[in-house]
Amino acid sequence: MLQLECPNCGVTAEETEFAQGGEAHLTRRGPEASEQEFHDYLFAKENPRGVHFERWRHVNGCGKWFHVARCTATLEIFGTYSAQTLEPPREIRDRISKKRPGWSWREFA
Amino acid sequence: MKRYSAFAIAREALRHHTGWERAWTSPEPRQRYDVVIIGGGGHGLATAYYLGKNFGITNVAVLEKGWIGGGNTGRNTTIIRSNYLQDPSAAIYEKSRGLFETLSQDINFNLMFSPRGVMMLAQTQHEVRGYTRTAHANALQGVDTEFIGPQRVKELCPIMNIEGPRYPVLGALWQPRAGTGRHDALVWGFARACSDMGMDIIQNCEVTGIHSEDGEVSGVSTTRGDIACDKLGIVVAGHSGRLAEMAGFRLPIESVALQALVSEPIKPCMDVVVMANTVHGYMSQSDKGEMVIGGGADGFNNYTQRGSFHHIEETVRALCETFPVINRLKMLRQWGGIVDMTGDRSPILSKTPLGNCFINCGWGTGGWKATPGSGWGFAELMVRGYSPLTAAFGLERFREGRFIDESVAAGVAH
Ligand SMILES: Cc1cc2nc3c(=O)[nH]c(=O)nc-3n(C[C@H](O)[C@H](O)[C@H](O)COP(=O)(O)OP(=O)(O)OC[C@H]3O[C@@H](n4cnc5c(N)ncnc54)[C@H](O)[C@@H]3O)c2cc1C
Ligand SMILES: [Zn+2]
Repeated sequence: MLQLECPNCGVTAEETEFAQGGEAHLTRRGPEASEQEFHDYLFAKENPRGVHFERWRHVNGCGKWFHVARCTATLEIFGTYSAQTLEPPREIRDRISKKRPGWSWREFA
Repeated sequence: MKRYSAFAIAREALRHHTGWERAWTSPEPRQRYDVVIIGGGGHGLATAYYLGKNFGITNVAVLEKGWIGGGNTGRNTTIIRSNYLQDPSAAIYEKSRGLFETLSQDINFNLMFSPRGVMMLAQTQHEVRGYTRTAHANALQGVDTEFIGPQRVKELCPIMNIEGPRYPVLGALWQPRAGTGRHDALVWGFARACSDMGMDIIQNCEVTGIHSEDGEVSGVSTTRGDIACDKLGIVVAGHSGRLAEMAGFRLPIESVALQALVSEPIKPCMDVVVMANTVHGYMSQSDKGEMVIGGGADGFNNYTQRGSFHHIEETVRALCETFPVINRLKMLRQWGGIVDMTGDRSPILSKTPLGNCFINCGWGTGGWKATPGSGWGFAELMVRGYSPLTAAFGLERFREGRFIDESVAAGVAH
């Protein structure tokens, strides 16, 4: 059972109040995207064993989306943050680096 | 290999069971094999078995990081059925169900295949229409199923409350030759048969890297040394993403936890398998008398083989309403497995961007039933580069938009 804090409304609650909405920080390309890029956007999943960045929605609360940094191998939560960002905040990345030296995630490793 | 039989039991009883031999050998890995299979679950071992049986390829190693069958194969609720909607699914699942009918004799190991019948309840009008359509599709595919009314449901499973009130039972999709089997036995039986053909079953051997030369696979690194091979099969279910990463590509797969639980054993009260997709629960009774219960998959990526309690709670709550007699049962054990979910809820049996490297995964919540059929098709794909059973399940279907949508048939995990 996960406990998450919604950065939009500040509520901390059990996972039953939230719903996961897949991988975060996908690049949404425009009409100029190649077929390969569009394929990767839709289907090439990170699905890591370890550090993961994902979208969650506070469905049974304020209804808004946010991001979670989480470890899929231990279920530890490194932090939650606004969905209005292209990269996880420095503070969260530093926290992860301290706990998981050498972790990486696509471009902003 | 000494054959198992009633006579063998009598003979061994007379000599204090001193004559049993090891079911399979545990050799040190050799430096090279024609084919290496990563993953000693049912699908990996079935692949090895049919490589030997159908194609005479026996210079094969199956590498398993833990113990064989310790993954999802040893964690599932053993339901076997083939009442899927799409033609490619019906073909591979029905092939598999058919193989189960005689597999115990073929590999001389009792799989306890029990075609006791499986029913999938329709509890909304939408489901009535959906399952009627499936029954028609199955008729065309040569899969023996039938849509039955509530009274027949009650006759087949008297402990069920068909009256509701929330979700009265309006009928069911009934497959009389579906049922259950013994998961561990399948793994042990295949391992024994493979070992007998001269293959190496190597446990406690984790693959940590995949080597290639000029775009072709050349071997693997493992915790027990490097092993070279001409062909590689990746058959690791929930860990497919990690092995794909080693081989240099990504997959349309998310790994999530799926849970199951069993009750204390009680007297026989239910001799069919019942699945209820609307309320998300299913149940059967094991030969030991335990009620075997499963439900939906958890909602986020997870590699811990541990699910969230509220999923179990939801499943049990729904089943208590459907089967009032079980509401005082104590639950004995609960566990989880990491299942490999694709977007269209159909598996991937495919060539990969790396030459001579093949992958068999994406069986998600419902691949136990497909084990022999999957091994049959995947072995053919690995040898000939093509199999009619697996052709529709290639990785390219995502790029080409040819999804095999089974989200209805797989609405509840099974
Ligand atoms: C709770 C639950 C209930 C289920 N109920 C049903 C059901 O009723 N009916 C049904 O049809 N299906 C069911 N399923 C699904 C079914 O169990 C799976 O689809 C099927 O068993 C997958 O078999 P497999 O051989 O592909 O995978 P596994 O049995 O998981 O085998 C993969 C093996 O690969 C090994 N491995 C992983 N990484 C490495 C590595 N790096 N090196 C070496 N080895 C590695 C693992 O240790 C594992 O043993 C259920 C699953 C679960 C979890
Ligand atoms: Zn909120």
